[in-house]
Amino acid sequence: MINGWNHYHTPDSVEQAVALLERYGGQARVVGGGTDLLVEIRRGLRKPIEALIDASRIAGLDQVTRDGDYIVIGCGVTHTQIIRNPDIIRCGTCLSESCGVIGGPQVRNSGTLAGNVAHALPAGDGTIGLLALGGEIEVAGPSGRRWMPMQDSFKGPGRSFIDRHREVLTRLRFKATGAGEGSAHHRVMRPQGLCLPIISMGVRLKLDDRGRVQAVRISMGPVGPVPFVAEEAMASLEGKAATEEHFKQAAEVALSSVTLRASKYRASHEYRARMVRSYLPEILARAARRAVDTRDPGP
Amino acid sequence: MSLLKLTVNSRAVEIDVPQSRYLAEVLREDLGLTGTKIGCGEAECGICTVLVDGTPVLSCVYPAFKAQGARVETIEGLSPDGELHPLQQAFLDHGAVQCGICTPGLIMTSKGLIDGCRSDGKAVTADDIRVALKDSYCRCTGYQSVTRAILQASGQGSPAEFPESRSETTVIGKPVPNKQARAKVTGAARYTDDYVFPGMLVARTKRAGVPHARIRSIDVGAARDLPGVHAVLTHAEIPGRNLHGLVVADWPVLCADKVRYCGDAVAIVAADSEEIAARALDLIQVDYEELPVVSDAIKASRPDSPRVHEGHGDGNLLKHIRVDKGDIEAGFAQAHVVVDQTYRTPATEHLFLEPECSIGVPAGYSPDQFGGALDPDAVRGETARHDKTTIYVGSQIPYQDRDQTASAMGVEPDKVRVVATLMGGGFGGKEDIMGQIHAALLAEETGRPVKMRYSRRESLLVHPKRHATVIRIRSGADREGRLTAVQATLYGDAGAYASLSEKVLTRATTHAAGPYAVPNVKVDCFAMYTNNAPSGAFRGFGVTQSCFAVESNMDMLAEQLDMDPVEFRRRNALEVGSVTSTGQVMRESVGLKECIDKVNGDIREGEFRWSWQEGSRRFAWGLGLAYKNTGLGGGAPDRASAVVELKLGAGENSVAEVRTSSAEMGQGLPAVLAACAAEELGLPYESVMVLLGDTDYCPDGGPTTASRQTFVSGNAARLAARELAGQLKDKAAQELDCSADGIVLVGGQAQAGNKSGDKAVSLAKLIQDYGQSAFQVRHDYHAPETRPLGSGGDMHFAFGFCAQAALCEVNMDSGEVKVHKVVAAHDVGRAINPLTLAGQIEGGIVMCLGYALTEHYIQEQGRPWTSVMARYKMPSITHAPAITSHIVEHPASTGPYGAKGVGELSSIPTAAAITNAIYRATGVRVRSLPVDQDQLLQAMHDGASEVELAWGDLDPIPKVNMGAVKLGEMT
Ligand SMILES: Cc1cc2nc3c(=O)[nH]c(=O)nc-3n(C[C@H](O)[C@H](O)[C@H](O)COP(=O)(O)OP(=O)(O)OC[C@H]3O[C@@H](n4cnc5c(N)ncnc54)[C@H](O)[C@@H]3O)c2cc1C
Ligand code: FES
Ligand code: FES
Repeated sequence: MINGWNHYHTPDSVEQAVALLERYGGQARVVGGGTDLLVEIRRGLRKPIEALIDASRIAGLDQVTRDGDYIVIGCGVTHTQIIRNPDIIRCGTCLSESCGVIGGPQVRNSGTLAGNVAHALPAGDGTIGLLALGGEIEVAGPSGRRWMPMQDSFKGPGRSFIDRHREVLTRLRFKATGAGEGSAHHRVMRPQGLCLPIISMGVRLKLDDRGRVQAVRISMGPVGPVPFVAEEAMASLEGKAATEEHFKQAAEVALSSVTLRASKYRASHEYRARMVRSYLPEILARAARRAVDTRDPGP
Repeated sequence: MSLLKLTVNSRAVEIDVPQSRYLAEVLREDLGLTGTKIGCGEAECGICTVLVDGTPVLSCVYPAFKAQGARVETIEGLSPDGELHPLQQAFLDHGAVQCGICTPGLIMTSKGLIDGCRSDGKAVTADDIRVALKDSYCRCTGYQSVTRAILQASGQGSPAEFPESRSETTVIGKPVPNKQARAKVTGAARYTDDYVFPGMLVARTKRAGVPHARIRSIDVGAARDLPGVHAVLTHAEIPGRNLHGLVVADWPVLCADKVRYCGDAVAIVAADSEEIAARALDLIQVDYEELPVVSDAIKASRPDSPRVHEGHGDGNLLKHIRVDKGDIEAGFAQAHVVVDQTYRTPATEHLFLEPECSIGVPAGYSPDQFGGALDPDAVRGETARHDKTTIYVGSQIPYQDRDQTASAMGVEPDKVRVVATLMGGGFGGKEDIMGQIHAALLAEETGRPVKMRYSRRESLLVHPKRHATVIRIRSGADREGRLTAVQATLYGDAGAYASLSEKVLTRATTHAAGPYAVPNVKVDCFAMYTNNAPSGAFRGFGVTQSCFAVESNMDMLAEQLDMDPVEFRRRNALEVGSVTSTGQVMRESVGLKECIDKVNGDIREGEFRWSWQEGSRRFAWGLGLAYKNTGLGGGAPDRASAVVELKLGAGENSVAEVRTSSAEMGQGLPAVLAACAAEELGLPYESVMVLLGDTDYCPDGGPTTASRQTFVSGNAARLAARELAGQLKDKAAQELDCSADGIVLVGGQAQAGNKSGDKAVSLAKLIQDYGQSAFQVRHDYHAPETRPLGSGGDMHFAFGFCAQAALCEVNMDSGEVKVHKVVAAHDVGRAINPLTLAGQIEGGIVMCLGYALTEHYIQEQGRPWTSVMARYKMPSITHAPAITSHIVEHPASTGPYGAKGVGELSSIPTAAAITNAIYRATGVRVRSLPVDQDQLLQAMHDGASEVELAWGDLDPIPKVNMGAVKLGEMT
């Protein structure tokens, strides 16, 4: 078997990981669960690389923690850990829903959210879920660590501003949804061909006491080269009552603000539009129901 | 090299291995734990699943050093003291093991699930199983038995259930696990890739990579010079005939002047390692002059089309096949309603989960030369010598492999031996030569064993697919709902080489009127050469294609006649006394009406509706009927030979061995053969061993195709055993001093009568008295004679029949289709083993569901878009419907105990049942497969009544003129 790398390192600190990357001078690459990277290597889509630096074994970064309002996810955290985490199920529902549809359990058992984000596909499901929540990421490199909005890391399909030969995405975080807030995710697939979503959408929504939309974030993909935040649709909803009609209007606004692509053997552009029309209102409604539930906790 | 420390199956392991190794490689190659299988090597199939610290992961993409210090569990660790783990036992009990290649992965994934639920203190549900097994594929079982087995193993007793069949006799009719099933659940079962021979080299093939080109030159100099390369062969080094082919020898072993599809072989390499072999391939320079590509069957038929085989007389026409019965014009003149439609079916891929693998061993090979010992599992004691070129391969036709290899080597067939190994699925896709000849040539060239293992990508690229077809079919019926005429024209894409196209498309043609009595029939079928991958055998053998067209038309006729679709079919169904399209009079064993009634009765139980709506989801039932011949038919002599030998086994007990060279793909043939012999010899099933497919030790059982093995090899085994029983009775009669007529063989004894107190002599004693090899009988069975197509009379000696109804849901928001339930009834003549039979039926239904909804092997101008497994989806457990299966038994007088074959039948009508249900739910007729939710939704939105484009289609269905292609135009 031709495997495509010579050295495999499992550093247990961020410093070590960064130092290793530096030592290989661009000839090493960060790997998480390897469910994207190693599959590409096995299919011969990537040139062999000198070393793999496994970021999933770094001490402390293999768990989900709380930091005040933030839920913080280490880069070693797998999709399985995310979908089983009670805090994320409650306060980041759309993330647990979006990570729950990735692959099968074997892929979720080793694939990480960090890998999904660093892979920078326009419709990575975990990415779409976290994007709706307003996710941020921490990147560590030779010049230290910095937090930034996740959205700023995307350069193009599969291209990231994170230099995966020199930097490590160490942590991801989002503000937990609180009282009056809810979130939801849905994607549409087809049973044939590549396991890529026709459309994947996430929503985070906050209602005021009168049932009006106080704040909302909508993420979508694939829409353009990078994961997409539907700013205009979001703006159109703010202050409006959380009704089916308004949600439908928001879907129309979302549609008018983007150019949906047709992709061969995946979906026509009309089909994608129909899916946004059918399911975005449904996701908004689901998030709103959850918002009501957290605003008026049951008896 | 670095030190890797693991705990594998509770044993501490420390080994020095390169850091670049995957866990699967460490387990299989370094630790010899070959129970973990490789189906794709790209995280798609799930069969390589092992547990790392209790969690299921895909070992094929899991770096070994990621598991440093971890606890690894593999299938071998489940039964450390020989006692089966409850999961293993449950898989046996429920027949959840067929070819077995997926079994270790399924069991390990399930173990992760059950252990997880246990530690969470909750019971495993069917939903949990669907989630856990979502990406763990099985091509054979249809997942029903798997689900039942996991539920049982999780402590929720759901005893194995089988459809009701005739009363049990001793062994016939009893559900017993297939012969190698136990080895398959423990991981002990060995497939070709699991064998290692001392000194073995790795072989690879240089593929054309272009669909149609003239070869200007081939330069292998640099590859030969690469250190570590032992041989590079091209057409110039082939000692014998540089062609192979099952019907027509038109397929070069290694291309000399032209390549005709992307998968064509140009050169072969044997090297010390996979890495070196790959580098050698890169160094081979082939200079091509690219030629225009013939991309589909209809384009191939145009007079100005480029030629795929220049030397071939009829342009690109490989074969024109026709059926003519009655007077077609008169038939349509009597029709009150006529439906005339054109359908298209896709090329599909077998996706057996074990990619092709052949090992060639040179004549005179001795492992001592390489300082090793022979793998004791690879060879049975007496077969250990390699005095001639030997090929280990999981193949459907061992004797043909032998003959074709010998011909390429320029030697007599008896200079080559083929040892059939276990096959990880075949479905028709392992009938043609793949690496067999190449492995043998390289072995002889290098003097070493050589393993030619295809990657999943290579497998997808190279082996023959199911024929893509375009079928125009016109059906007419009178006011009373009786079919008056069926006329059809079929174009079949044979691809670059003939393979079994002629046979397959003949079946498509002869079955193109469906299982109905139609007085006037005219069918023309054109098998066309193209630059696509060759098309060959695939479960259903052409009938799957025409059935989709026939059964779609049947529903449309019923609608126009305003008749119940069940009643309409029933009125026309074949029965004893009917005459088929080819003029065959059905004299017996036609259980079709009973199948229809069983299914109809079942679905109409309680409150029945053909269709209804719940929210934005519409539900509907659809129906499909089918029939399928058993055996080669058409005048081809259909023979099988079997030897049955009685010997002394362990503990001085008598045991029998059945030997025949036919193939077990997981369909349960050994169980059938053992049951036949056990029944005749009065032995318990467990006391009969089966040795299949060693061309030096087993007589020829013929090809494993055409649902023929139960019938033909089953009869050979039964009749050999019956003769042997006669000999035993004669000897016992002398011993007991009574007449042979009264003697009964039971429980390893020959008894003077059938009462328990009767005098008796043990068979073991007879063997001791007469000597070990005294009781050995070979029977050469000849199936009843058949007639060639066009000559009337019996084209086939038996047919199986079935009816299936599918309950489908269409999501009106997304166009997504889900099949909830399939109710089926199959007339199999006689259910010899209800356990393996149930597996064949369920697996076949789910395979055909894939044909309807998920599968399309896409080629663009001769280049496969479907290049990796990730681009080809077969049904997963999430698609699998609930299945209710009824067995109908209208015995065939010449079949073993009345049995007919069933291997293909179940996988024929499901697609039509599904699209008929979609029509009833939505008013949209689907004319191409697989159903595209995008197109379906668009049609519903536009209020259109049909969908012409399937998933993967870019162009509309071409217009087909009835009976077109004039030979004059072609030449
Ligand atoms: C069968 C199958 C089905 C799948 N289904 C889906 C699906 O439905 N939806 C979906 O979104 N994805 C799917 N995937 C893709 C994949 O599993 C996910 O994207 C996963 O989250 C990737 O995580 P990983 O840890 O395995 O990434 P890796 O493969 O390890 O890495 C992915 C990329 O990120 C980089 N990287 C990883 N970790 C870091 C880090 N900490 N810092 C910097 N760079 C890093 C790597 O260099 C690489 O470029 C599927 C994959 C398979 C094999
Ligand atoms: S998923 Fe590992 S071999 Fe297929
Ligand atoms: S038994 Fe599952 S693939 Fe054959």
